[in-house]
Amino acid sequence: MSSTTNYILGVYDDEDEVLHAVSAVKAKGIKVEDVYSPFPIHGLDVAVGHDRTRLPVAAFMFGTLGMICAFALISYTMVFDWPMIIGGKDFFALPNWIPIAFEGTVLFTAFGLVTTFCISNDLWPGNKTLPLDIRTTDDKFVMAINVDKNKVSAADIKKALKESGAAEVNVK
Amino acid sequence: MAGHSHFSPANVEEHFEFSSEGKKRIIYAFIAGLAALALGIYLLSKGESGGHEVANAGHEAVKAGHEAATAGHEAATEHVSGGAVSHQASAEEHYDWTNRIWANVWLNAVFFTGIAVVGMFFVSLQYLTKSGWSSVMKRVPEAFPKFLYITLPILIAVFLFKGDVIFHWMHHGVTEVGSENYDKIIAGKSGYLNKSFFLIRLVVFGGLWILLWKMLRKKSLEEDLNGGTEYFTQLVRIGTAFIVVFGASSSIFAWDWVMSIDTHWFSTMFGWYMFSSWHVTTYAVIVLAILYLKDKGLMAYVNENHLHDLGKFMFAFSIFWTYVWFEQFLLIYYANLPEETIYFIERWEGHNKIYKTSEILMVLLNFLFPFLVLMTRDAKRTRLFLKIAAFMIIVGHYIDFYQMIMPGVVGKHGGYGLVEFGMVTVFAAAFIYVISDELTKASLIAKNHPFLLEALHHDI
Repeated sequence: MSSTTNYILGVYDDEDEVLHAVSAVKAKGIKVEDVYSPFPIHGLDVAVGHDRTRLPVAAFMFGTLGMICAFALISYTMVFDWPMIIGGKDFFALPNWIPIAFEGTVLFTAFGLVTTFCISNDLWPGNKTLPLDIRTTDDKFVMAINVDKNKVSAADIKKALKESGAAEVNVK
Repeated sequence: MAGHSHFSPANVEEHFEFSSEGKKRIIYAFIAGLAALALGIYLLSKGESGGHEVANAGHEAVKAGHEAATAGHEAATEHVSGGAVSHQASAEEHYDWTNRIWANVWLNAVFFTGIAVVGMFFVSLQYLTKSGWSSVMKRVPEAFPKFLYITLPILIAVFLFKGDVIFHWMHHGVTEVGSENYDKIIAGKSGYLNKSFFLIRLVVFGGLWILLWKMLRKKSLEEDLNGGTEYFTQLVRIGTAFIVVFGASSSIFAWDWVMSIDTHWFSTMFGWYMFSSWHVTTYAVIVLAILYLKDKGLMAYVNENHLHDLGKFMFAFSIFWTYVWFEQFLLIYYANLPEETIYFIERWEGHNKIYKTSEILMVLLNFLFPFLVLMTRDAKRTRLFLKIAAFMIIVGHYIDFYQMIMPGVVGKHGGYGLVEFGMVTVFAAAFIYVISDELTKASLIAKNHPFLLEALHHDI
């Protein structure tokens, strides 16, 4: 979203319109960069053709890391550093540690995933990026097309957006 | 809301036809099960009719008591392990080779009762929460409670005629002061655990289950004919009533039917534990039934989004089961009280360790397998993965119930033989037959369900 990028924005009034417009515009060989909406629209991710999110993979990795860390912590403290007899059990009392491993897994997954999500969506603290069209936080739906990434000319893109039912077409 | 305005509600009925071919196949399976069962019973009568089992029973019992006493380090609990000795001893004295057959009947009746009644629970829950997505497939679980007509009488009959085989508290004289079998702990529980009160609970709650299911089924079928939202309101009321009844009765029956087998032992988590096992099994059965119907070309409107949701349920409740099972174990392991640890000692190293393998296998099948197989989104949307996972969950939870019931009833005389395989085949064939027959009686799609349109647009 740097200022040198050349975007054409189709602004729509209705989520149903924008959903159909995506397919119509794409049918003309135009690549749609993204669609901005005040709320999630069912089927939109499929229509735009976004890749599936890789957050589950991150979740699994954070979870595994959390489990290993929790096991390492409790093993080190309870077996090696300061062995303690609790309830007549072995020092390495595996069943007692499963709740701790579970909590570690959940904690690492939760924090790790929120952090990953924010970084991958440019949402870190202090980031002042404004949306392409501020009205997408209210009642408008915006389809963004990156002119530089398209072989179709800007005029044709504008025409296609108009034909697909866009209320206005802006350049940014 | 989003798009798809060209969709119209499925106004066509769709009927499952229970072909004579299919009937024949299930009846053959039933007969094969009966044959295996008969052979198993014959082998059992040959193998274990000798008297030497009873002769060393006392020796075994003393050993078991010794184990229990050394398990805890507290001297104060010794009188309790003394109780455990008498339990073991009396169980051994009553042993007869036919006990294993009755234990198997009880095991399967309890297991399939659970599947049948949780079908009703699932439908009721959908009405209580006013869920839309499930309205396309609710006719499948709605048919399950029909099997209660078979399992509840079996439970009552086994209880009346062979109850003393299954339940320690029904042994002769355990509550009579001065009797040689007198057991102080069981006598203390006899206000709840006695024959007539047990039977009252079984008949009253079992009757309520059937009654509420009949009402729900009737309204549901009338809704198909007439339409209108007043049926939905009434169904929500029936569903809510059933949830209230089931909330109490599922725990009560867990104590009655399974936990009271080991009469001395108790666990406050047992109601949840058994319910979670029933619950996840039923999801697996629903998934298999729907996938079977889809393979027949029916229920095309049940798409991978609905299957995904069912897969999530199987995944989530497998983990829920693991949580309950493990917490029950962990608290007992941590506290280390002899009267509680005896339950796990029996299943882990007691009875010549015959239950140890299935205990390990059960946790692998019920936790690790569904956890890893159903973890990804794609797996929950792929029929093959769902089928494999559902089948394994059913097997795993059958073993779970086996582990709950067998050690307490037959002890070291248990095992996996033709009796077990024959009995479960007989029950499964009967279940499939009855449910298939019930499925033919209504359209597979509840065409006037007010949320049907929402369900057809289900997208996750």
